[in-house]
Amino acid sequence: MNRANFVLPEIELMSSGHLGCQGCGGALAMRYVLKALGEKTVIVLPACCWTIIAGPFPYSTLKVPVLHTAFETAAVAASGVRAALDIQGDTETTVVAWAGDGGTVDIGLQSLSGAAERNENILYICYDNEAYMNTGIQRSGATPRFAWTTTTPEKNPKAERKKDIVAIMAAHRIPYTATATIAYPDDLIRKVQKAKSLQGMKFLHILAPCPPGWRIASEDAIKIARLAVQARVFPLYEIEDGERYTLNAPHEREIIPAEEYFKLQGRFAHLGPQEREQMQQEIERNWARLQRLVQMKAPSDDGA
Amino acid sequence: MAIRTQSLHPHPSPLPTREREQSYSKVITGNHAVSYGALLARVQVISAYPITPQTQVVELLSEFCANGTLHAKFIKVESEHSAMAALIGAASAGARAFTATSAHGLALMHEMLHWAAGARLPIVMANINRAMGPPWSVWTDQNDSLSQRDTGWMQIYCESNQEVLDTVLQAYRVAERVSLPAMLVLDAFVLSHTAEAVEIPSQSLVDQYLPPYRAGYKLDVSDPHAFGGLAPPDVYMELRYQIQKAHEAALGEFARADEEFERLFGRRYGLIESYYADDAELIVVTSGTVTSTARDVIDELRAEGHRVGLLKIRLFRPFPIELVRQALMPAKKIAVIDRNIGFGVGGIFAQEIKSALYNAPVRPALFGFVAGLGGRDITPEVLREIVDYAETHQEPEDLIWVGVKT
Repeated sequence: MNRANFVLPEIELMSSGHLGCQGCGGALAMRYVLKALGEKTVIVLPACCWTIIAGPFPYSTLKVPVLHTAFETAAVAASGVRAALDIQGDTETTVVAWAGDGGTVDIGLQSLSGAAERNENILYICYDNEAYMNTGIQRSGATPRFAWTTTTPEKNPKAERKKDIVAIMAAHRIPYTATATIAYPDDLIRKVQKAKSLQGMKFLHILAPCPPGWRIASEDAIKIARLAVQARVFPLYEIEDGERYTLNAPHEREIIPAEEYFKLQGRFAHLGPQEREQMQQEIERNWARLQRLVQMKAPSDDGA
Repeated sequence: MAIRTQSLHPHPSPLPTREREQSYSKVITGNHAVSYGALLARVQVISAYPITPQTQVVELLSEFCANGTLHAKFIKVESEHSAMAALIGAASAGARAFTATSAHGLALMHEMLHWAAGARLPIVMANINRAMGPPWSVWTDQNDSLSQRDTGWMQIYCESNQEVLDTVLQAYRVAERVSLPAMLVLDAFVLSHTAEAVEIPSQSLVDQYLPPYRAGYKLDVSDPHAFGGLAPPDVYMELRYQIQKAHEAALGEFARADEEFERLFGRRYGLIESYYADDAELIVVTSGTVTSTARDVIDELRAEGHRVGLLKIRLFRPFPIELVRQALMPAKKIAVIDRNIGFGVGGIFAQEIKSALYNAPVRPALFGFVAGLGGRDITPEVLREIVDYAETHQEPEDLIWVGVKT
């Protein structure tokens, strides 16, 4: 990625005084996303950390309209907002469903799949902090294998792999699916702007480190997001129409061992050499799979 | 009055081809009466999921949307929970929103029913009363809608297909004035799939009755606000108080909506309706289609010299406590017919009526009958049995099962 000419948009639609924890990746992600989208944006918020971060009545951290909704309804409530705006002649405003990983890969997956199947003209953003952080760090379908959470204690850490929500969304053949993270604001903002320019369903998966939940220092949140990309735990890539894959990062020369990513996080502190080796192998397999997808020649005119 | 017949049109009714500026009469099912009501209300966003016996409502609305008769967005969602969530989004953005469901679909919506009322959104929904499983049943009883009693939705129980259509219009008018969602309720099959002549009012008259929805507040990028965020204990209770106040205001709004309806369309229904109740010693209390059968039975019994009358409860939420008291206090006895069961207590309408009468100066003896669950017919003979029981017993009884095989 050429980051030399990147200028962060000046517009500021998130005010200080929000209720996020120090170093909250989800808070920074929202700030960047709104810089990319501008004022003509409606945010639909299901239950998640952002329910709190947005501020209690009568305050609002955001300078755009916000609709709070029930945990499992982000994608469909956003569909309803979209329909109402369209029927009243406003096709310009971007409707964003902004949900955590639990609200996306677990309880909200049904309505998300429905919205994707209908190709709703909304932008769905999952800020993924890899557990139910707002309720106090319980495992979700997005929690990585072997991670500690309060429901996967160190003596019995999570046995299952992280659910591959990007593959699930790509399988819906929606116009645009992409991953991003707060350590690469240029990449993130470009992807949001690209999503905004497209009609139909767009899905953005943002890795959002959580200092209390990951047991990391708050000043390390961005660094750890960068290490996640470099260690290929969370590669940055985008998928058009569910079949044209483009890899954005890491470049081969940037790649680091996963251990560099794990060792800064208390949630992985209990991992023995065997688990660490298993994780490294899993990362290699996922990387090889992603490489195959990127190299896959997609039919360009099959009308899909 | 609903008469059980074979459907005249096994396939969706022919679409309205006549000049819509004149009212006309058409033989339609209760389900299609709902669809015509939504059409005439010019709903802007519809979202629904199929369930027997509701499905015909949204089939016809799909036709209306597809052929341009109705200018609306129809979001064909993957569940009823999502249907209500979609409407919450739509109404929050200022659109007139509509759905229809039944039984398990309504139960699945439960969380979002609280949300719609708490958010003060004037969504209107038709619920076709269907018994809850297990065991599976597609036939009528009221446990589905009555299980949603405390969600904050208004509930109106309909007796005829004409009343169904008219109630869609009245429901929007009241809902939008008091910022509360409203559910109209009709019996599975007895109304939903039974055809009778219905007057389809002219669009211009309906427009006069129900002007376009103008939300008092909505999602607006030029005036951004947050809706539904965390409410600390120092404000939450006031918001709940205001919902109760809105329900109280809705009683007056319903009465006025009914009067205005009569002025424009020549029909009115009341919040409750008394039939031969003024001098009755025994008043039978009904809701839904049982009322029609009961009218005939009351006529016969009156002719035979019985001093028996009828009270139809149309508006269940808000419950018209004062009107119910005034209607029932002159009687010596009340026989409440519940097509539902509040397990562990008894019939739910009976509970409501007892509650309304407790602080009344006079309390007639109340007999609570549970009948017709899971679509079992409540025939004139059944109603005669009920009247006979109440007339020949002196001590009130909370729960009497009618016709149950034990």
